[in-house]
Amino acid sequence: MNIHEYQAKQVLKGFGAPVANGVAITALDQAEAAVDALPGPVWVVKSQIHAGGRGKGKFKELADDAKGGVRVSFSRDEALDNIREMFGKTLVTNQTGAAGKQVNRLYIEDGANIDRELYLSILVDRETSKVSFVVSTEGGMDIETVAHDTPEKITTIGIVASKGCTDADAATLADALKLDGSARDQGMALFKNLYEAFTSKDMSLLEINPLIVTKSNDVQVLDAKVSFDGNALFRHPDIMELRDLTEEDEKEIEASKYDLAYIALDGEIGCMVNGAGLAMATMDIIKLYGAEPANFLDVGGGATTEKVTAAFKIITADPNVKGILVNIFGGIMRCDVIAEGVVQAAKDVQLTVPLVVRLEGTRVDEGKAILSESGLNLIAANDLDDAAQKIVKAVKG
Amino acid sequence: MSILINKDTKIIVQGLTGKTGTFHTEQALAYHGTQMVAGTHPKKGGESWTSADGTSLPLFATVAEAKAETGANASVIYVPPAGAAAAILEAIDAGIELITCITEGVPVQDMVKVKEKLDASSSRLIGPNCPGLLTPEECKIGIMPSSIFRKGSVGVLSRSGTLTYEAVYQTSMAGLGQSTAVGIGGDPVKGTEFIDVLDMFLSDDQTESIIMIGEIGGSAEEEAAQFLIDEAKKGRSKPTVGFIAGRTSPPGRTMGHAGAVISGGKGGAEDKIAALQEAGVQVSPSPAQLGETLVKLLG
Repeated sequence: MNIHEYQAKQVLKGFGAPVANGVAITALDQAEAAVDALPGPVWVVKSQIHAGGRGKGKFKELADDAKGGVRVSFSRDEALDNIREMFGKTLVTNQTGAAGKQVNRLYIEDGANIDRELYLSILVDRETSKVSFVVSTEGGMDIETVAHDTPEKITTIGIVASKGCTDADAATLADALKLDGSARDQGMALFKNLYEAFTSKDMSLLEINPLIVTKSNDVQVLDAKVSFDGNALFRHPDIMELRDLTEEDEKEIEASKYDLAYIALDGEIGCMVNGAGLAMATMDIIKLYGAEPANFLDVGGGATTEKVTAAFKIITADPNVKGILVNIFGGIMRCDVIAEGVVQAAKDVQLTVPLVVRLEGTRVDEGKAILSESGLNLIAANDLDDAAQKIVKAVKG
Repeated sequence: MSILINKDTKIIVQGLTGKTGTFHTEQALAYHGTQMVAGTHPKKGGESWTSADGTSLPLFATVAEAKAETGANASVIYVPPAGAAAAILEAIDAGIELITCITEGVPVQDMVKVKEKLDASSSRLIGPNCPGLLTPEECKIGIMPSSIFRKGSVGVLSRSGTLTYEAVYQTSMAGLGQSTAVGIGGDPVKGTEFIDVLDMFLSDDQTESIIMIGEIGGSAEEEAAQFLIDEAKKGRSKPTVGFIAGRTSPPGRTMGHAGAVISGGKGGAEDKIAALQEAGVQVSPSPAQLGETLVKLLG
């Protein structure tokens, strides 16, 4: 689960991280109060969307030479003008896709006196199975470019879980970032606090780009991107409250209510599959036969008839769907349960597009019997290859 | 021979009394007499569990007790995500040799802590978020549908549960059968990686060929490819077919498995396919042609 920058900064501030003062607004009539709550003389107006590249992003509704999604303003009036120009517009960045994202929240923040821009992130490194820091003196730019062009400027250290972020770890990070004097002391405290935030809140990514050193040699978190492990949200109700549903696809929200792993895509063939690997492979094979999947959908292992019905409704609600492929290899998932769900759902939604069903595995004979006795107009397939060919043929002719 | 499990493996079920644990324990008992020897439940020690057909297993309060009383050397975990890490740690502390965690949705930082302890122990963990493992006609741990298996010569290993079934089904249809099938699980931090299982398959006499199924995310497939190259130089190699799921998955989106995400330009399918091909692995273009590709490779 992702949260906005201003929310991330609130969370980090709670762990003692130095962040600038700021005010978030969710409506234009809050603009003046927000600007007046900060002392100036510099206000930074930042678009709050769940995507990076905001500074270099472009607003769809504005002229090509208009400024981007993060604007430094040098007077009260300029800040207010920027807010009015940005609010409610659609920001397109290199991470939003061409459709862009509507800016429904702005964050107004004190300007900072930047001397150096650094990079810091914390993540779970799957190669070492450790929580790791990644830092670089080259902050404020795309870290993947730094990693590619100048890998020697990136330092990665893994933290031993039972020991936590030690003085030695913090010193290594401070050295790598060339911190000295007051910035070094603050940095070493910050690294430990960030590690504490990362582990106690079950974050999956904490990225500060840039982490800055000010002209007075203080460190400050200038931008913050935080994601949380969806599997651990059950123990963080405070974090759950930060979820912004307007940032998510409607069908994906509906799917998450039923604990379905669903991702909307652009193609014409709706897919319902059990197992993430088989779901991906089903998308791959559809493409192999010349069509495009409309979605990724894993009904999981413990699917009930109700869950399958919900999955079916979500798929058919997509107007791009011209046909549906159900591909089930039951292990923990029973074919008869899937079959009952398909029959129920097909009745409920009055299915008008071709449906190909391939069932295999646990209770396959019972499942096939339910389908054939239902009188549903469906195309049965013998295996994955057969299923993919049949649905592509049904859709493309 | 097979790898990891055989007819002598004795298994404790952690989380036996739940619905999932009950269903799959009944299935395992029905599979060539897999030795399910006990269950654990913190509050039901001294009681017993009875299957639908009347088979009874003793319940113990702790894994240590269950192991001491039954001589079990393996455990399978069906407890819900919030308690899964504690269950694994309990099994490690009890000195269980082979721990299999089926549970899906274990918080990744729980697994970071588990992994540190695991690495310092002599236990092996399969999973979490995996279908388990099965040696045909001998032993079944986990949730794989046993009807598709056939005793034979192919070692199957996979990050994906249902794609494991595809490989098993297709090799059974092709008349080859399996030595052992192992689902290592789709999470980013897990107990056993491809390399560990490949090493066992290379050493196992019964395993004459291998099917390895990877997916997008991480670099375990690339590491496995390097391992196969290094071992081949030492004269250890077996005909191997590979498949990578997720060629058409968009970057930045986690595809169901917590581990299946292309991020930072890493973990894409094409790089993994290239790495496997370089290691001499025959990569199947379609998940429906795993068996066929292997038959052709074997000539």
